[in-house]
Amino acid sequence: MADSRFLVGNGAGFSGDRVDAPLPVLKTLIASGLPSAMFFETLGERTVALAHLEKRRDPNAGYEPMLERLLEPILALAQQNGIPLLGNWGAANPPAAARAVARLAMAQGLPDLRIALVEGDDVTGLVAGGQLPVHEADAGLDMGAWKLIAANAYIGAEPLVEALAQDADVVVAGRTSDPALAIAPLAHHFGWRLDDWDALALGAATGHLLECGSQVTGGVFWDPGFKDIPDPANIGFPIAEVTRDGGLVITKAANTGGLVDLRTIKEQLLYELHDPSHYITPDVVLDISQCRAEQAGQDRVALHNLRGHARPDTLKVTASFEGSWLGEGEVSVAGPNALARARATAEVLLQRMKIRGLDVRARVDLIGVASVHDSDHGALWRSYAGPEPEDIRIRLAVEAQSRDDADQASREVLALLCCGTAGTGGARWRVTPRILTRSHLVLRERVPTRVSVRTAKEIAG
Amino acid sequence: MKTVSLHAIAHSRAGDKGNRLNMSLMPYDPAHYRLIAEQVTADRVLALFTHRGATGCVRYDLPNLQAFNFVVDEVLEGGVNGSLNLDGHGKSNSFRLLSLTVELPEG
Repeated sequence: MADSRFLVGNGAGFSGDRVDAPLPVLKTLIASGLPSAMFFETLGERTVALAHLEKRRDPNAGYEPMLERLLEPILALAQQNGIPLLGNWGAANPPAAARAVARLAMAQGLPDLRIALVEGDDVTGLVAGGQLPVHEADAGLDMGAWKLIAANAYIGAEPLVEALAQDADVVVAGRTSDPALAIAPLAHHFGWRLDDWDALALGAATGHLLECGSQVTGGVFWDPGFKDIPDPANIGFPIAEVTRDGGLVITKAANTGGLVDLRTIKEQLLYELHDPSHYITPDVVLDISQCRAEQAGQDRVALHNLRGHARPDTLKVTASFEGSWLGEGEVSVAGPNALARARATAEVLLQRMKIRGLDVRARVDLIGVASVHDSDHGALWRSYAGPEPEDIRIRLAVEAQSRDDADQASREVLALLCCGTAGTGGARWRVTPRILTRSHLVLRERVPTRVSVRTAKEIAG
Repeated sequence: MKTVSLHAIAHSRAGDKGNRLNMSLMPYDPAHYRLIAEQVTADRVLALFTHRGATGCVRYDLPNLQAFNFVVDEVLEGGVNGSLNLDGHGKSNSFRLLSLTVELPEG
């Protein structure tokens, strides 16, 4: 029987991922000789909002900042081998991203590269007009005088399939759902109907397992002495092998570090999942409650019993708003009596907020005693009764409505260089704007998408 | 019986959605699945996070995968956009879960 496998590789799991990861994946896909595609997932809720702010500053910005760096080593090779590259790297400005891809293609002597531009996810107008219901999880939020930055709907695979049907080499989208980037090349290749829920579930599971890149091949998994992986400095990114009859195997790029086994698969399968029978994507509701996984060779895991249910009538929308200000400051103490000095410093900082009359919500961490697991009130560092730590970093964090209050609060940490306990050093402080997000639901027919495919030469003009 | 850290017999990963946290929990040895089901209850996991204002915890059991999924509500003090915590996503919390202890039969 002919080999019916189609391969989907992932080249990035978030904006900020390792930019040298895609090439080994592409080389592995090419070496297989099988029809393949690659996708890049570079958008988070905050990433979109930050990109919109960038676009306001510069109309040619607001797309994935690493786009050119990710594509530069792989663009020509992918086109020559007929392996389409899909990504939500358009972020807030897909047209500018398409122009950037076109410029890169022209510079690499690829004027005929076909670039698909997928638009329609920007629904800022609908949210600004107050026309959308708030998602139930966010119904209690007091929006007050929040200033809207933008709103984007999580669109599904349909326009991406259309782009591939028009022979796109590179697909530039904005806020697609993450799994749609894997569903689309599979649906295009196998001719899946977009109401074949079990087939789409296979695609959604592929997307879910691959969308965070190395998280399924050893990233955020390795735990020295307990869960060791080969060569963590060179973790290979994942590849899925999907067959027409519903087979799914997860593996990874050849000649790389990391690993794929039942442990990495289970950690990623349940990542950011709530009810395992009801993982909602725009294309299908994925049910992994009966799923089984089996080791099918070295760095190969097969998944069985994935089920799909009908897609929802609504799409999720993330709206982002200009928020308050975050002020942060840090100093260190170390050596004898460090814990007492750190605790006293923490109390003084909180006292200083009151003395200065700063309108802030404040928190102190004692890094080295208790921080990321602690509460805003410092329940853990206040009650800490363990051994005397050698080295403690004291961190003040405040939220303020005014930039000046946030700045003055964080400068109180700087002042400790002279006014603090004995042996206080290493001050750092900064103020950053905060972004708030709120989820809405929108009927999918209110979010029409548009696909246009043009060559690099046409776009570059 | 002997008391061991959950970290010695199981692994976990944490993820967020807004102000809600999920943590998977998988025993290395399938023989420990039942023991974890009996001892690592949703109430015990919730108690790990009440100092941060967590209001509820649900445990989903996946016997085919030999895995559990814990979902904790209102735990991230605002989530990635609102939290003052350095780890706004709460990703380090898988290791708070793994700091729980369980009673293992000797031998």
